[in-house]
Amino acid sequence: MDDISARERDPHHRRARLSAHLRRLESESIGIIREVAAEFRNPVMLYSIGKDSGVMLHLALKAFYPGKLPFPLLHIDTTWKFREMIRFRDEIAARHGLKLLVYTNAEGVARGINPISSGSQLHTQVMKTEALKQALDRWQFDAAFGGARRDEEQSRAKERVFSFRSPGHVWDPRNQRPELWNLYNTRINPGETIRVFPLSNWTELDVWEYTRAEQIPVVPLYFAAPRPVIERDGQLIMRDDERMPLKPGEQTQVRSVRFRSLGCYPLTAAQESDATTIEQIIAEMLRMRTSERSGRLIDNDEAASMEKKKRDGYF
Amino acid sequence: MTDTSERFAYVPEDAATGARAGEKTLLRFLTCGSVDDGKSTLIGRLLYDTQLIHDDQLAALERDSRKHGTTGDELDLALLVDGLQAEREQGITIDVAYRFFATPRRAFIVADTPGHEQYTRNMATGASNAQAAVILIDARKGVLTQTRRHSFICALLGIRHVVLAINKIDLVEYSGERFHHIVAEYLGFAAALKFASIASIPLSARYGDNVVRRSECMSWYEGPTLIEQLETLDVSEGLDEKPLRFPVQWVNRPNADFRGFAGTVASGIVRPGDPVVVAVSGRETRVERIVTADGDLAEAHAGDAVTLTLSDEVDIARGDLLAHAQARPEVVDQFAAQVLWMLEEPMLPGRSYLLRIGTRYVPARITSLKHKVDVNTLEHIAAKTLGLNEIGVCNLATTSPVALDAYADNRATGAFVLIDRFTHATAAAGMISFGLRRATNIHRQALLVDKAARMRLNGHRPAILWFTGLSGSGKSTVANIVERELHAHGAHTYMLDGDNVRHGLNRDLGFTDADRVENIRRVGEVAKLFVDAGAIVLCSFISPFRAERRMVRELVESGEFIEIFCDTPLDECRRRDPKGLYARALAGKIRNFTGIDSPYEPPENPELVLTPGPLGPEEGARQVLEALRARHIIV
Repeated sequence: MDDISARERDPHHRRARLSAHLRRLESESIGIIREVAAEFRNPVMLYSIGKDSGVMLHLALKAFYPGKLPFPLLHIDTTWKFREMIRFRDEIAARHGLKLLVYTNAEGVARGINPISSGSQLHTQVMKTEALKQALDRWQFDAAFGGARRDEEQSRAKERVFSFRSPGHVWDPRNQRPELWNLYNTRINPGETIRVFPLSNWTELDVWEYTRAEQIPVVPLYFAAPRPVIERDGQLIMRDDERMPLKPGEQTQVRSVRFRSLGCYPLTAAQESDATTIEQIIAEMLRMRTSERSGRLIDNDEAASMEKKKRDGYF
Repeated sequence: MTDTSERFAYVPEDAATGARAGEKTLLRFLTCGSVDDGKSTLIGRLLYDTQLIHDDQLAALERDSRKHGTTGDELDLALLVDGLQAEREQGITIDVAYRFFATPRRAFIVADTPGHEQYTRNMATGASNAQAAVILIDARKGVLTQTRRHSFICALLGIRHVVLAINKIDLVEYSGERFHHIVAEYLGFAAALKFASIASIPLSARYGDNVVRRSECMSWYEGPTLIEQLETLDVSEGLDEKPLRFPVQWVNRPNADFRGFAGTVASGIVRPGDPVVVAVSGRETRVERIVTADGDLAEAHAGDAVTLTLSDEVDIARGDLLAHAQARPEVVDQFAAQVLWMLEEPMLPGRSYLLRIGTRYVPARITSLKHKVDVNTLEHIAAKTLGLNEIGVCNLATTSPVALDAYADNRATGAFVLIDRFTHATAAAGMISFGLRRATNIHRQALLVDKAARMRLNGHRPAILWFTGLSGSGKSTVANIVERELHAHGAHTYMLDGDNVRHGLNRDLGFTDADRVENIRRVGEVAKLFVDAGAIVLCSFISPFRAERRMVRELVESGEFIEIFCDTPLDECRRRDPKGLYARALAGKIRNFTGIDSPYEPPENPELVLTPGPLGPEEGARQVLEALRARHIIV
């Protein structure tokens, strides 16, 4: 997956591999990413290590070629990510010579917040949402890229490409700027920030097809492999380390599973699968009758769950 | 509900065949209609029948249908698309939502926009990036005022293809007669809008007839289903055939050896060797390379994000527009446009806004509003301002020349937005009709005596001393003393105040917000002439709005505008009430009186703040003169 052969480097061959549809999405995203670099004082790219972040990073590297990425990456580490994700993150940063900032809410760690005994809501609020706000404040970023897509979830379907946040990172869905043509309004006052979503118009299928065509590396957890899992509340959870205690009667079993989306390991359910290639993942995705975020335990916390989290500052 | 065999099977993209003709393309369309027309239901139906609804979403839908649904025991497909909580609860669509589905032939991005008049701006937002519009009509109701409004906005935003979806056909017994009657009425009215194509389809979103599945209840209809129409609609705008337009977005300078101009081709095709010009400066050069991360290209087409290198070292920055040397855009500093106002606060002719066109930001103001357009009847109505969601035909002036095309010729170089300069809210969207004055044609009379020459003769620098503050705050009193002192020192001065301009130059203006803005604009222009003549101009005006004071500041050179804020508290001004105006305003005899029923926006960074003190106006005047010495305006 790492070495791109001479044939692959031939631009005509590579361009031919992308459909008109994917080429259009690629160009649109590159345009959005360049816009931020041109207009903001201190942008940052949120890097969550998942497939969408992978595509976003790949597009950013293309956008500034032959120059380097003119902004750093930021990973909000809740300390509960899969170990494989962290390894992958560091490898990608080293390979491309990227400036990677890693931020953990130290106060949350000191308070002992964790996804198991604190509950998913509090953990997400403190270790992700609060941590993100702290990190943005600490480095004084005025624009932050996120890999969210409009097809993911209902409240995201109305999200702007340039999403305005008033001081304190407040998202008011009623008070967003109209976005006409590609004439994004990039002007803000001190204290205000913008979240930018270059993948707004991509679907999950587009992300996988582009990942395949462009041979973008992804965390191996997306591919099926025998992994130790426990069954809890009808979901398969991979016990990535000893911090997750077993409940009475629970037993670790090895099953062939993969992850459709990646988050904190106790909050991210696996699905049984034999898909070991992107082609098989795509085929499986189209066969499957559940949506991408169904394995994300935090979305089911309450009605209109994502909208509420977003108002609080979640990406 | 729907036989799964009707649904689409996935066909993976096959790169090996390289079959360009059959490759998957993208169509962006918007749906217009109000919730009563079944718009959200139609989109829900498209998603459902193209298998985009997953089991967990279906479970949520069943739950929600019982809670908020309007379809009894059946699934309410509209709930799939009404995303935000308030909308689900109120049963209306108030924002633009983007939906995605695909068939083997095409990927679709649907902008789902609200239909009510108070959401015209949301609909325009959806239309700005759409290639086609699906306009819903309730078969029971036929062509309504809102149908006309939706069609007009689509045409205004440059949509060329319309699909007329005559919905709820099941509720008129699948009547072909009713369908044909509605179509005839619509075509009669839409002829003036000059759409390139109009296809009319009878359908039932609720039951799925003629959406994805061909209806068995309408043997009289032989046209395509909605999905067939959308899959085969040719929306090519011929962008490749239009003249090259390349707005420079970002200058890529990773090292001393590489200087590239990154951007997205807005129209036309660019190839290495092509002669291009920087539109505003007129500098010519040639394209050297088309650089991408995948290697250099032999050509780039409209929509491609690339980086160009040029054969000459030409001064180019973000905001410049590169064009083919033989087909240049207009370069003007005044143009006519259709403007859709998007702020609660009304548009004021004369006020300065930030205009964004392409990748360029430039200060601009609306110089005149010719008329507004009633979106329901298309009638022209005389108006002084535009309110939220109103559309007007305006002239605009920019502070420096910009390159542009008419919107009808090129959406990318003919569209702009206006941004409020203080809140930075997006204030308006505009579509350029034509340029009014070629900036290149303005040959200013070459002057033998200039400002610098006059300054040497006068022995002092020119300036505008702008006194702002509430009525009764002491502006004129202090200004009079300052002028007396300046005159005694031999400085050339002139005083402009409400009394000497309101009686002559501005006698046609009243005290509405729009007139106040125009009042200050004219005063600013006159003051500028005096500055050019070398004088120190003392302007004493309440001038309640920051935007107008900034407008005057920008008319003259940096350092020539001295803003003096007479910061006397309202209570003190009322106590003084030198002309008895507060008493009359409080008695309701004067309307729009600043501080009473009209706002005053204090300066954020004035050069000088004068507060009332025991030493009286003489002390204020002393501070002003000291500030002028410190700035070397006088010695």
